[in-house]
Amino acid sequence: MFLLTLHSDELPPISPGQFVNVKIENSPATFLRRPISVHDVDPVKNLLYLLVKKAGTGTRILAGLKEGERLSVILPLGNTFSIPEYGRCLLIGGGVGIAPMLHLSKEMKSRGLSPVILIGVRSKEDIVRKEAFEQHGELYYTTEDGSFGEKGYPTQHSVLSQHFDHIYCCGPEVMMKAVAGYAYKNNIDCEVSLENMMACGIGACLCCVTDTHEGHKCVCSEGPIFNIKDLKWQS
Amino acid sequence: MAELSVNLNGLELKNPVLTASGTFGYGTEFADFINLTDLGGFIVKGTTLYPREGNPYPRMAETPSGMLNAVGLQNKGVDYFINHIYPEIKDIRTNILVNVSGASVSDYVATAEKINTLDCIPGIELNISCPNVKEGGMAFGTQCSSVAEVVSAVRKVYKKHLMVKLSPNVTNIQEIALTAEAEGADSVSLINTLMGMAIDAEKRRPVLSTVTGGLSGACVKPVALRMVWQVSKVVKIPIVGLGGIMNATDAIEFLLAGASAIQIGTANFIDPSITLKVVKGIDNYLDRHGFKSVKEIVGLI
Repeated sequence: MFLLTLHSDELPPISPGQFVNVKIENSPATFLRRPISVHDVDPVKNLLYLLVKKAGTGTRILAGLKEGERLSVILPLGNTFSIPEYGRCLLIGGGVGIAPMLHLSKEMKSRGLSPVILIGVRSKEDIVRKEAFEQHGELYYTTEDGSFGEKGYPTQHSVLSQHFDHIYCCGPEVMMKAVAGYAYKNNIDCEVSLENMMACGIGACLCCVTDTHEGHKCVCSEGPIFNIKDLKWQS
Repeated sequence: MAELSVNLNGLELKNPVLTASGTFGYGTEFADFINLTDLGGFIVKGTTLYPREGNPYPRMAETPSGMLNAVGLQNKGVDYFINHIYPEIKDIRTNILVNVSGASVSDYVATAEKINTLDCIPGIELNISCPNVKEGGMAFGTQCSSVAEVVSAVRKVYKKHLMVKLSPNVTNIQEIALTAEAEGADSVSLINTLMGMAIDAEKRRPVLSTVTGGLSGACVKPVALRMVWQVSKVVKIPIVGLGGIMNATDAIEFLLAGASAIQIGTANFIDPSITLKVVKGIDNYLDRHGFKSVKEIVGLI
């Protein structure tokens, strides 16, 4: 994973959960833009931070960008996490799904909430941005190999024995479904951030739909944040 | 500044740039990026008599210089369009065409009849070429007999501009175009997507839920150009060219091949303001080469 810092002369307000659509120049293999969630924003310096996992051709090209190069980015896109006025909030991130949780925890803290952040990674070496997360909430880790924090998956962490009113989750679908299962069972309000394959990013092509109780909805324009009660995830 | 307006058999366009159905939503999705009234027109999402949920996810696969889609005509039906979407877009001062799809001839006819009542919709694009629905779409567009049946039936009830969108998934596109012309089409648009597929080798399964889907994007341009050129040699009605247009040069190539106007589709996903850049690029080209009107370059090849 790497941190991409972008500067724009003008940056519109961006809310936690929103994403940007990045054009990869001169790469026929990556024909479409790459949707990437917003990791952090500095509205004073007009900086946008993206936390990106080197997964394929597009993200490798982004990793190789040099300081001062220009990118075409459409932003902000999508809906936002809903931030409550009060209550205990648990933010769960897995893998690169930790990206939007920094922006969310920062916004929560600035509104007087004290979020608990739980991050699941494979191993100690996969931990990134720990210092940044520590500034905005109470931070816990699980590692699959037990090399840091508690061994196992986020849904197995002891912090879950505490009371929470809201859960926010972003990560691999299998992890989000496990977290959603826990939230359903314990009747906890829960929002997840989906990352279906997208083409347009603005609700025009209808490629990235997810099945909801109200039919197919675009993850790009009606999401990416969905309350699990609207999704057909409950088995 | 050259003259950019074109007349498609009675349909006046302020410039030859339209947008392709299914890539431009209902226009309003792009209002943050361009002034919609500066377009020659836009063609809204495929509309059917009854609501359709479309195909299950995944319905998109990125491919080299292109993409496959298998959306499957997801839309809320013609009545929803008339009652909820039309009032929101009808005052946009450009040509708004509705792409009409169906599962049977009677569906096409009923949908076209309903659209015919809308004052601010000057035409329809009859979609007989969608490769992503089992029961209809492309099945109508791949044989002359069924093309004749659906076009003549819709022609009887639809009084405004009737554009027929052709499928490239045929052996002889000229025959199909001639059939549409003979049955009363005012223009033909081509090409719809090329049927293709993508496989995930690691998972050993197709990428799309429907296995096959429609290929679009830069990679289809040579095929689309060839078909526009072939059709332009045999029909008298205007041709609207589309398929892989990513910039003004691509658009000009279609005009040279015989298209009177063009549609931009997949490129809208990569650059939501591409349409107006293409309008400007065509204008620059005409000036640079000393043409006074865009009509002068149509069919030069």
